[in-house]
Amino acid sequence: MATISMTVNGKAVKRAVPDNTLLSEFLREHLRLTGTHVGCDTSQCGACVVHVDGRAIKSCTALAASLDGATVTTIEGLANGDLHPMQKAFNDNHGLQCGFCTPGMIMSGVDMVARYKAEGRELTEAAIRHELEGNICRCTGYHNIVKSIQQAAAEM
Amino acid sequence: MYDVSYHRPASLADAKAMLASDDAKVLAGGQTLLPTMKQHLAAPSDLVDVRRIPGMSGVKVEGGKLVIGAATTHAEVAGNADVLKHVPSLACLAAGIGDPAVRHMGTIGGSIANNDPAADYPSAILALNATVVTDRREIAADDYFQGMFTTALEPGEIITAVKITPPKSGGYAKFPNPASRYAMVGVYVAQTGAGVRVAVTGAGQDGVFRHDGLEAALSARFAPEAVDGVSVSADGLLSDIHGDAAYRAHLVKVMAKRAVAAAA
Ligand SMILES: Cc1cc2nc3c(=O)[nH]c(=O)nc-3n(C[C@H](O)[C@H](O)[C@H](O)COP(=O)(O)OP(=O)(O)OC[C@H]3O[C@@H](n4cnc5c(N)ncnc54)[C@H](O)[C@@H]3O)c2cc1C
Ligand code: FES
Ligand code: FES
Repeated sequence: MATISMTVNGKAVKRAVPDNTLLSEFLREHLRLTGTHVGCDTSQCGACVVHVDGRAIKSCTALAASLDGATVTTIEGLANGDLHPMQKAFNDNHGLQCGFCTPGMIMSGVDMVARYKAEGRELTEAAIRHELEGNICRCTGYHNIVKSIQQAAAEM
Repeated sequence: MYDVSYHRPASLADAKAMLASDDAKVLAGGQTLLPTMKQHLAAPSDLVDVRRIPGMSGVKVEGGKLVIGAATTHAEVAGNADVLKHVPSLACLAAGIGDPAVRHMGTIGGSIANNDPAADYPSAILALNATVVTDRREIAADDYFQGMFTTALEPGEIITAVKITPPKSGGYAKFPNPASRYAMVGVYVAQTGAGVRVAVTGAGQDGVFRHDGLEAALSARFAPEAVDGVSVSADGLLSDIHGDAAYRAHLVKVMAKRAVAAAA
C-alpha cells in the first residue's frame, strides 16, 4: 500500500491505495471523480487525459504512487463558477455527440492552447489536428472539435 | 494489472540495491511498461522508479558533447534550447514521438532500454554514434543495439544518460504508422566525425540497423539524389499487416531522401 497526498482540483487529498493503482483508478474509484473517462485502458484513446503539474498525461498510464505530491486538474476542476472557455466552445460548436471522449479532448485542448501561448507559437488548424493525435473520438469526425479548440484559443 | 511493489529510490546506489532481485524492473515514463503489465506480458514484482534520482533528467553540454539524462522526457528533449541548437534533428525526432501526453511522460532512457523495432530514438542513437552511459560503464551505440527488444544491458543495469557529439548535420524522416505513430520506416542520417552514418528503424526484423549502401553513397555526395542509385534489399525486412518487406525497402529510400533534404 502507498499513502498518496495530492492536490486535486485545488483540494488536498490523502488516501492509502495499493501500489498498482493507476491514476485513473485513483481519481474515479477512490476520489469518485468520474468525469475522467477510461475508454481503452491501453494508452491509445486519450479519454483519460488529466493535467499533472501542468502537463497533459494519460491517467490510465501512470501509477498514482509515482505522483505523490503532485497537483492534478481533472475536467471537474476546470469550471470556475462559469464554464471554462474550452467547455463553452465545445458547447457552442457542437464539439461533442455522445460526450465520452470529451473530458480528454477538453483537457488536451486546454493543454495545447497553454503550451502554444507560452511558446509564442500560432495554434493553426493543422497544429490542432496534429496535437489531437492521442485523442480518439468515435462520433464527431473531429471537425467541430477542431473548431471548438480554435474558438477557445482565441478566447483564452 | 497484477500486484506490484512501487519504490522511489533517492539515489542510484539505492536503485541498484532494489534491482538486485531478478523480478524487479526499472520504471521510467511507464508509457511502454505499464501497458505491457496490463496485458500481462510483464509481471515484475517490484518497480524501481528512477525519475526522481538527482541527475537522471535534464540536458547539459559537457566538453562539447550533449549529455541527456535518461529520464528526460520526449517533450523536454523536443523543447530544450541546447538540443535545438546542437542537434536540431534530435529535437525534431522527439517532437514526433506518439502524441503530446506520451511525450510528457515517455523518456529517452526508457525508449532505448526497450529497443522496440519501430521506435524512433534507436535510429538517432545509432546514426549519431552516441554513447549510452549506465550505472557501470559507457557503451558505444554500435555495440548497444543487439536485435529486436534486445540490448547490451545486463540484468539490473540502469541507463543514466546518453552522450552525443553534435554532428555537422543530421536529419530524420519517418513514415508513421497511421494508427500508432510508431515508425513503419524511419531513417536518421548524420554527418559525423566518423563519416556519414545512416540508421534505419521500423523496417528491420532485427530492429534498428545501419545501411552500408546508403552510407557509401551519401559519403560520396550528401544530397537527396545520391540515394537514387542505391539498392535497398528487402531481405531481412519486416512483413506484417502494415506493409510487406518490399514496400518497406522502398520506404527506406524515400525516407533517406527526406532525411537528407531536412538535414540541419
Ligand atoms: C500511444 C503511444 C504511442 C507511442 N508512439 C511512439 C512513437 O511514435 N515512437 C516511439 O519511439 N515510441 C512511441 N511510444 C513509446 C514511448 O516513446 C515510450 O515512452 C518509450 O518507448 C518508453 O519510455 P518510458 O520512459 O515510458 O519507459 P518505461 O515504459 O517506463 O520502460 C520501458 C522499458 O525500459 C526499461 N527502462 C526504462 N528506463 C530505464 C533506464 N533508465 N535504464 C534501464 N532500463 C530502463 C524499463 O524497465 C522497461 O523495460 C508510444 C507509446 C504510446 C503509449
Ligand atoms: S483510457 Fe487512457 S488512453 Fe484510453
Ligand atoms: S463525442 Fe462520442 S466519442 Fe467523441
